[in-house]
Amino acid sequence: MSAPPKVKFYQVGSFAVGNRLLPSSARSNQSDPDRANSVVSGHRACQGCGELLGARYVLDTALRASEGKLIAVNATGCLEVTTTPFPESAWRVPWLHSLFGNAPAVASGVAAALKAQGRTDIRVLGQAGDGGTVDIGLGALSGMFERGDDVFFVCYDNQAYMNTGVQRSGATPGAARTATTPVAPGHPGNEFGHGKDVPAIAMAHRIPYVATATVADLRDLEAKVEKAMSLRGPRYLHVLVPCPLGWGTAPSRTIELARLATESGLFPLIEAEDGELTAVTPIRRWVPVEEYLRPQTRYAHLFGEPGHPEILARIQEIADRNIRVYGLEARP
Amino acid sequence: MRPDRTFIPLGRPLEGSRAVAETVARCRPQVVPAYPISPQTHIVEGISSLIRSGELEHCEFVTVESEFGAMSLCIGASATGSRTYTATSSQGLLFMAEALYNAAGLGLPIVMTVANRALGAPINIWNDQSDSLSQRDSGWIQLYARDNQAACDLHPIAFRLAEELSVPVMVCMDGFILTHAVERLDVPEPGVVDEYLPPYAPCQVLDPDAPLSIGAMVGPEAFTEVRYLAHHRMEAAIQRFPELAGRYAKLVGRRAEDLARGYRLEGARTVFVAMGSVVGTLEDAIDEAREQGLSVGAVELTCFRPFPAARLRDLLADAEHIVVLERALSTGLGGILTAELAAARAGEGRQRTTVVAGLGGRPVTRKALRTLIADAMARRLPPLSFLDLDHTLLRRAHTKENGR
Amino acid sequence: MYQIRVHGRGGQGVVTAAELIAWAAIYDGHYALAFPSFGSERTGAPVEAYCRIADTPIRSREPVDAPDAVLVLDATLLHRPGTFKGLKAGGLALVNSAASVAVPEAPQLLAVPATRIALARTGRALPNVPMLGAFAAASGAVSLEAVHTAVELRFAGPLARVNRDGADDAYGYMTEAESETEAVEFDVPAAFAAEREARHAA
Repeated sequence: MSAPPKVKFYQVGSFAVGNRLLPSSARSNQSDPDRANSVVSGHRACQGCGELLGARYVLDTALRASEGKLIAVNATGCLEVTTTPFPESAWRVPWLHSLFGNAPAVASGVAAALKAQGRTDIRVLGQAGDGGTVDIGLGALSGMFERGDDVFFVCYDNQAYMNTGVQRSGATPGAARTATTPVAPGHPGNEFGHGKDVPAIAMAHRIPYVATATVADLRDLEAKVEKAMSLRGPRYLHVLVPCPLGWGTAPSRTIELARLATESGLFPLIEAEDGELTAVTPIRRWVPVEEYLRPQTRYAHLFGEPGHPEILARIQEIADRNIRVYGLEARP
Repeated sequence: MRPDRTFIPLGRPLEGSRAVAETVARCRPQVVPAYPISPQTHIVEGISSLIRSGELEHCEFVTVESEFGAMSLCIGASATGSRTYTATSSQGLLFMAEALYNAAGLGLPIVMTVANRALGAPINIWNDQSDSLSQRDSGWIQLYARDNQAACDLHPIAFRLAEELSVPVMVCMDGFILTHAVERLDVPEPGVVDEYLPPYAPCQVLDPDAPLSIGAMVGPEAFTEVRYLAHHRMEAAIQRFPELAGRYAKLVGRRAEDLARGYRLEGARTVFVAMGSVVGTLEDAIDEAREQGLSVGAVELTCFRPFPAARLRDLLADAEHIVVLERALSTGLGGILTAELAAARAGEGRQRTTVVAGLGGRPVTRKALRTLIADAMARRLPPLSFLDLDHTLLRRAHTKENGR
Repeated sequence: MYQIRVHGRGGQGVVTAAELIAWAAIYDGHYALAFPSFGSERTGAPVEAYCRIADTPIRSREPVDAPDAVLVLDATLLHRPGTFKGLKAGGLALVNSAASVAVPEAPQLLAVPATRIALARTGRALPNVPMLGAFAAASGAVSLEAVHTAVELRFAGPLARVNRDGADDAYGYMTEAESETEAVEFDVPAAFAAEREARHAA
């Protein structure tokens, strides 16, 4: 295989991924020009795609942690479709795509083969969008958890079936507009009270490690990937990845939106081991949910005249509940 | 004069499922995902006990959450370079249908036993061949065992064939009738199959030292070519299956499996065509008919996919009346095997009759075959008929419907 | 060809009975095939199992409808239509019963207290192995020695011993009784005979 293309950094400044004041060991993996760069440029993802960003963040760190010995299994979805248009591929890792609903099972199969061959130094990572994890892949995911298979599974959650044109999934939040939960009089988007809390489901399986992260807090995400890779058995990481197209946001605001999701309390950042919560990230600069929802066209119907103040209140309640239940208040 | 029959000098009393499990174990699979469904379950239970007793080493037995999970695990394991095996039936096969096409499309040499069972609704756990036949276009090679010894022998051959051609193989054996029958069966001693089946050497594999992407999206500009190549790769089995089967037969001292075989075709104007265990009862009925001076014979098909058109044309060349004994029904058409024979122009221009027999486990008896042979010779058979149809039940159903 | 049909209720070991007959016949050097009737078996429901014995490979897979022997493991099935259906004239009819019974369809019916023997030997009311011993004695289709081999290979440790004793008890019961059935003679091919000699010598 030819030498990897040299990583180029296009932006420097105090918010750059590598802070020159830190020792290199404390810098993010992304700031390392010699990082794996497991998903190279040339893929067909949208400008500002949170999923591709998240995938590169996760894979690069996972590769560093496994010293380059990793096999990735990918479900059908945006990540797969945009990165492997035959005869091209953006992946620099051994990579397998089978079907939509079976990524966890296929990953289990890879792990079983490596175990039978006595090559458990090679690590297995399975990845899927929210549809492939929460809905169609849930049975396979639960099976993988329950059997204790040595697979690190990552869900890139953009909260709808984006690749097929923004349809509602079991991860779509209440009131969000999608193609199958359109906005009409008496129907303000997706229903409340539906949806699955997969991190909680993962915790209920008492697997060694469960965590949530977003593309906004790179160091936090990388640390969680490293932690996951330091363990064996089933591990689950749920990453919030804004989708400019599906959410109706400006491509340049992807990272900002992810940060607003956590700062509002709507997407708690947590870690759990063996079914018990071990760490949460306190909210540093609390924002009302409105600040997070307003930039997203999928919530546009909640604003304006008359808008839906009652729905905004309900979403605020959800955020407040998360803050309370997970203890997300900033520590004094 | 009794025709020559396979003489089995070796063998011990074994349940069909158990014998298959032991033979598969001799093939040294490394990953076996298992999900239970009658009547396959004894096979995977057998493999599990062989692993626990230490007879089958370096094999990961994974109890999965569904048949879809089972085939998905096979896909992951096979792509990682491990010899992989599983077994299923009926509803389970359909539950993994998407994965079947996926495995074939990815060129993974997975071997799977299908213990043939009817498809619901109505739910029915007994034998017919509708399950595997429903997947005949999936890209899997399909072999149908005439009896339990064939079911055993077909597995090492299947692994050889699969790994050589990069095409998955389904070994089909009639559920309950074969799987749950105890008889004298020969499983080769450990090490014998190793002479025939070397370790799996994949042509493409997931390997961090040589990364590649498997499962890319292929658009209109290349999809046809991918299918074309798969078709020709599978057709190569028409040559390779008899050769590989012959080599195995020499090793174990038995008559070789073949794509299709004729039984007492000399001078036979009426020829039955059949697949699977019904062949045994059919041969008994043919012997009886021959003793009475009736010139009747049979063509017994083992390799269904790829469909050995030339071979069948050859075997049916002298038949005037071909009676196809179907173990499945294509609702709205009739016989599946009949349609395939027609497409292959086997017995072209001759009279072709379809008899649907043994659906949902109804026994195919020698008595019924005796009558069938007589009806066939007397040209009393309609183009499509159902063996042992219960007219009382039909009348009752008709009355009930009319009463509404 | 010698064909046996076994009747009983789920949980009495009907399927195992047919299998053990097949095992014994194979250890005697014959071909044999045993299979159940594949009903949804549940404890207490009537079940059937079949066995064929021959000296050439057995090809037929249909149920046995013209048995040379009918074994009934549960006397409550005696009057069920179909229990003795197709039984060849002069064929063996054997029922698990402590008292002698008469059934119009099978005037030659013999009885053996298989459950009583099983309880005495194994402590469990499983009549199938004693029935096997009785069958060997009454029919001669399988040898007692082959029955021993089958039982020893099927059951482990002390269970093998007590089951073998149960088979022996039933065998003895039949041979002491006034039964006039002749042993069935098989034309044992030379190769089989040689193999049997070799096994006995080992």
